[in-house]
Amino acid sequence: MLEQSEVTLDELRHLVSERAIEGETMLLNMGPQHPSTHGVLRLLLELDGEVVVNCIPDVGFLHTGIEKNMEAKTYEKAAVMTDRLDYLNNLGNNLVYCLAIEKLAELDVPERAQVIRVLLTELQRISSHLVWLGTHALDLAAMSVFLYCFREREILLDIFEMCSGQRMMTTYFRPGGLWRDLPVEFEDAVRNFLRIFPKRIDEYEALLTKNPIFLDRTKQIGVISAEEAIRWGITGPPLRASDVAFDLRKANPYSGYEQFEFDIPTQKDGDTYARYQIRIEEMRQSLRIVQQALDKLPYGPVRSNNRKYVPPPRSELGFSMEAVIHHFKLWTEGFDVPKGAVYMSVESPRGILGVFLESDGGPKPYRVYWRTPSFVNLQALPLLAKGHLVADLVALIGTIDIVLGDVDR
Amino acid sequence: MDGKLQPAVKAISERYSVVAQEFRGETILQVPPEILVEVVRTLWDEFAFDLLEAQTAVDYWPKEEPRFNVVYQVYSMRDRVRLCLRVPISGIQPSLPTIEGIYPNANWHEREIWDMFGIRFEGHSDLRRILMPYDWEGHPLRKDYPLGYEEVQFSFNAEEIDKNKPYTKE
Repeated sequence: MLEQSEVTLDELRHLVSERAIEGETMLLNMGPQHPSTHGVLRLLLELDGEVVVNCIPDVGFLHTGIEKNMEAKTYEKAAVMTDRLDYLNNLGNNLVYCLAIEKLAELDVPERAQVIRVLLTELQRISSHLVWLGTHALDLAAMSVFLYCFREREILLDIFEMCSGQRMMTTYFRPGGLWRDLPVEFEDAVRNFLRIFPKRIDEYEALLTKNPIFLDRTKQIGVISAEEAIRWGITGPPLRASDVAFDLRKANPYSGYEQFEFDIPTQKDGDTYARYQIRIEEMRQSLRIVQQALDKLPYGPVRSNNRKYVPPPRSELGFSMEAVIHHFKLWTEGFDVPKGAVYMSVESPRGILGVFLESDGGPKPYRVYWRTPSFVNLQALPLLAKGHLVADLVALIGTIDIVLGDVDR
Repeated sequence: MDGKLQPAVKAISERYSVVAQEFRGETILQVPPEILVEVVRTLWDEFAFDLLEAQTAVDYWPKEEPRFNVVYQVYSMRDRVRLCLRVPISGIQPSLPTIEGIYPNANWHEREIWDMFGIRFEGHSDLRRILMPYDWEGHPLRKDYPLGYEEVQFSFNAEEIDKNKPYTKE
């Protein structure tokens, strides 16, 4: 054990201060198995008493080689793996992957499918923020918020299950549209959620927003300025909490977001509390989008009519030979995507989620790269943590809202 | 091309004689490795491309010259436009200057590219593996690196296969 720690110290010599080498400060290992690291994140901490002098994140414990694996699968089969990246934002991952393929293949998506995509990704955003809120509050010792949040998340997961047959690993969005149309019970379920959820947000706020313990633990903790945040590539709620009104849904709209009315909440302080307020407000804004989407949901097909990319409907298989051929070809060898490379990015609950897709003209992607928000945002943790107590570090890990599946891919 | 992108692309292509391409509404600049840092600094200084959105690499094995392309996506918060830079590099001892000094978040991106493709970044402050274990051999996302599978163990051959597992060799 001692031997191993010596090796580690030598390897990390350039990252810790002189005082650590002289033994004045203490090196402490936090994680990878630690309940407050939200997964398997290891932090090497250099501590002066209880104050964090240095914090070195060590990631990769959850690396599953998804990018490599996707290169060996056809486009449609690889879509299944996108769910496993950020397991709290499955539909968002499906969306960006499908948008990238559609951009490269110049494939049209019907209006109805686009609106459903927006509707479901906004519900997914709420569900992701609920997990964040519950676990963040739990880290700060507020147990009941966790139970409340997961109660509401269950309603959302039931809605996802209703659409796709899966609570989490949905793969509901496919290149060219959706897997199938929404079930009839969908509208009532969402309207029911829209009716009860605003009051539930007030409930969470009643527990936390003016709670003196919560305020003590979050105010002025991990302050980051707007310039620093942009330099470090931080996006999403942490950037908006530093008073930058930047949201890709407004800046470079995709999937028809320009037709919806919503605001980008911003805060001035840039601390943990501001990031909490932003996410709470974002849930309300998402509700607005869901409401609008549900009201305007047009009728029509949910998949593109381009049979070179999208399998024909089941009903046609009985009498059309051509449909059988297309069906067979699409499910055995997949579709060919024109040669070229595109980059597509969307606003996930955690920030910019991008996918770089390169095709060599064949049925399998030549290279897929995921620009995941957690990976980039986590990089700024040492910056936020310096000078704070170890106890605050727990709040800081929570406030960046990392998902380790997203970091390690 | 987006109107807001035009001044930057025009200035860069004139000053450094690089070629700008258009594909599916994206603008791509082919930048030789020698002037990469200069181009990135100009984009940052003069044209407000203040966010390094993504940085990755593509392997074109078995082509050797150039074998890799390193791809940068820089974004301007002011103009809300994105520019793609592509840097072709050789497959023999691939290396590239770091842009960590301009965009600090290139640190982890470059570590990831080193880990996955074995491209060295000269002047990088902390070039260690990031996702793979520190003692891993090879660079997994290279095209000559096999995907690899693990043999499935059944009760009748579990012990036999177990002999070949890496942990028995320690």
